[in-house]
Amino acid sequence: MSGASPVRSLPALEVRGLRTQFASRGGIVHAVDGVSFAIGRGEILGLVGESGSGKSVTGFSILGLVEPPGRVVEGEILLDGRPIGHLAAGAMRRLRGAQVAMVFQDPLMTLNPVLRIGTQMAAAVRAHDRVSRAAAWDRAGQALATVGIPSPRERLDAYPHQLSGGMRQRVAIATALLHSPKAIIADEPTTALDVSIQGQILAEVRRLADSTGTAFLWITHDLAVVSSLADAICVMYAGRVVERGPADAVIAAPRHPYTVALVGSVPSGHAPGERLPQLAGGLPPPGGDPGCLFRTRCPRATTVCATPPPQGDFGAGHTALCHHPVEHAA
Amino acid sequence: MLGFFLGRLAQAALVMLVMSVLVFLGVYAIGNPIDVLIDPAASPGQRLALIQQYGLDLPLWQQYLRFLGSVLQGDFGNSFVFRIPVLSLILSRLPATLELATTAMLIATLLGVPLGIWAGYRPQARSSKAIMAVSVIGFSVPTFWVGLLLILFFAVEFRWLPSGGRGPTGALGLSIWSAEGWTFLLLPALNLSLFKFGLLIRLVRAGTEEVMGSEHVRFARAQGLPERQVVGLHVLKNIGIPIITVFGLEFGSTLAFAVVTETVFNWPGMGKLIIESITALDRPVMVAYLILVVLLFVLINLLVELTYGFLDPRVRVKGAP
Repeated sequence: MSGASPVRSLPALEVRGLRTQFASRGGIVHAVDGVSFAIGRGEILGLVGESGSGKSVTGFSILGLVEPPGRVVEGEILLDGRPIGHLAAGAMRRLRGAQVAMVFQDPLMTLNPVLRIGTQMAAAVRAHDRVSRAAAWDRAGQALATVGIPSPRERLDAYPHQLSGGMRQRVAIATALLHSPKAIIADEPTTALDVSIQGQILAEVRRLADSTGTAFLWITHDLAVVSSLADAICVMYAGRVVERGPADAVIAAPRHPYTVALVGSVPSGHAPGERLPQLAGGLPPPGGDPGCLFRTRCPRATTVCATPPPQGDFGAGHTALCHHPVEHAA
Repeated sequence: MLGFFLGRLAQAALVMLVMSVLVFLGVYAIGNPIDVLIDPAASPGQRLALIQQYGLDLPLWQQYLRFLGSVLQGDFGNSFVFRIPVLSLILSRLPATLELATTAMLIATLLGVPLGIWAGYRPQARSSKAIMAVSVIGFSVPTFWVGLLLILFFAVEFRWLPSGGRGPTGALGLSIWSAEGWTFLLLPALNLSLFKFGLLIRLVRAGTEEVMGSEHVRFARAQGLPERQVVGLHVLKNIGIPIITVFGLEFGSTLAFAVVTETVFNWPGMGKLIIESITALDRPVMVAYLILVVLLFVLINLLVELTYGFLDPRVRVKGAP
């Protein structure tokens, strides 16, 4: 896969030291606490973590769509090397959808139920290009065809409720692709779909990434999805990336105890009826704790874990932030 | 579509039938109209003749059937007071009320919907809070009092507008064709619109807030749609159904019960007619008016339901266009 060459020209999307905080009554919540990653052209980066780990907020932060009381307080976001983190609202608006697009989790909720598919897609076309209504519908139809929707012209006249869940998600992906953006942020787009449809969509996305060169940030809690789709993986825990590396290396030889627990709780690889290992406890409140945030649930935790964990390097770009990384025999 | 329509029509007919019974019984319970009609000095023979002429000696159910029969032929009888057919009496008052109610609805909609959208779009802004305060005043202050204030300021104090009555009428019996007609229409219409204005603001704001927080608005923003488009395309059509519903009901009740405003501004509409009829115990007018009001509501609701299908494809019946 294309992730094999670590040194490339400029990455399509790069995030450096992103911090997003939410002011709440109980104090400041550090939802995203210094996240960095880079995705090359045509690459798919899987951002994995449990609910509340800050994955989605990372996505919204990139698009400048964090709503108050949330606020991006620090960090740089580079699109093709160009910083976009501090753009004015209007400039950011022109960038969204055109240069970097987003696909959401629930395809039933993301399409407006009372507007035709074509109307919504044409609006997205015309948000960035001054073209006629008819031309916009044409482009919408072509986009539907590229994501493998049969008889796209008729689909444009349909309302969302007339399409299946998988179809609707294809429509959402086609909408994101309308302006051939440099990067697409996909926030759990297959979670609401059944497994066979999910497989089709994943294959489609892989093909699109390879053919269009679009970089994908694939946000999910499902390790099985990223293991088959992503080139590289970042594992997030409580707002921080705790482990990163090539997808196969992270899945086959996880180093951080949290990743080990995540991999261990995937049903495949266990005998039927066997009790799956569970992680006790819940996420800590993401706060200004400098130590390892996983230590409250970690079986390997010692007193040293209250200090900032060192970055262990395991070769080929595989790193983990841990005092006691898991050893794997050769 | 035709089946849906016929079903609704049958429902409407049933409602009308039930209402005709209720109206008939209700008015019957008011008492004997003969005492109002007849000269107290009349002889018992004349009295009996009159009772038989109106069929008031028949059993109740027979009286009802006679009533129903003539109503179905469009005959509501003659007004006791005006001595002319009731239907033409009411219809002669209809244009005045119609133009008053329509103007009031237009004012309420043209002002209330944009203000409501703004208040829902920026719920935290100071201007939005001011709008909400105005809306509370709009539907909590009594109509007659506001009417009196309007007269006091615009008619008595500044002498800009007439204090009551109706301007010269033109085609269709409407007074909207001349500037003078509008000077008479403006104050009562404003007064009548106030409640609807307040109601629409709250309704539209609630709808807008809900739509603005929805995932599809987030998705639209993620596509880089300008805010103008987000509101114009996504909000307007999504909040349509509750607005149309309330709009229909309000329009009906404004037509039927503009009584207070019509009285305060001495507006010669249907509301004023019904009040006069009640004080004079003019039975045929009351009955006909109530039946027509029910018909009006049934028709408006039918129209509103047909509009739903246009606004929301999900409520469209199978086979509908």
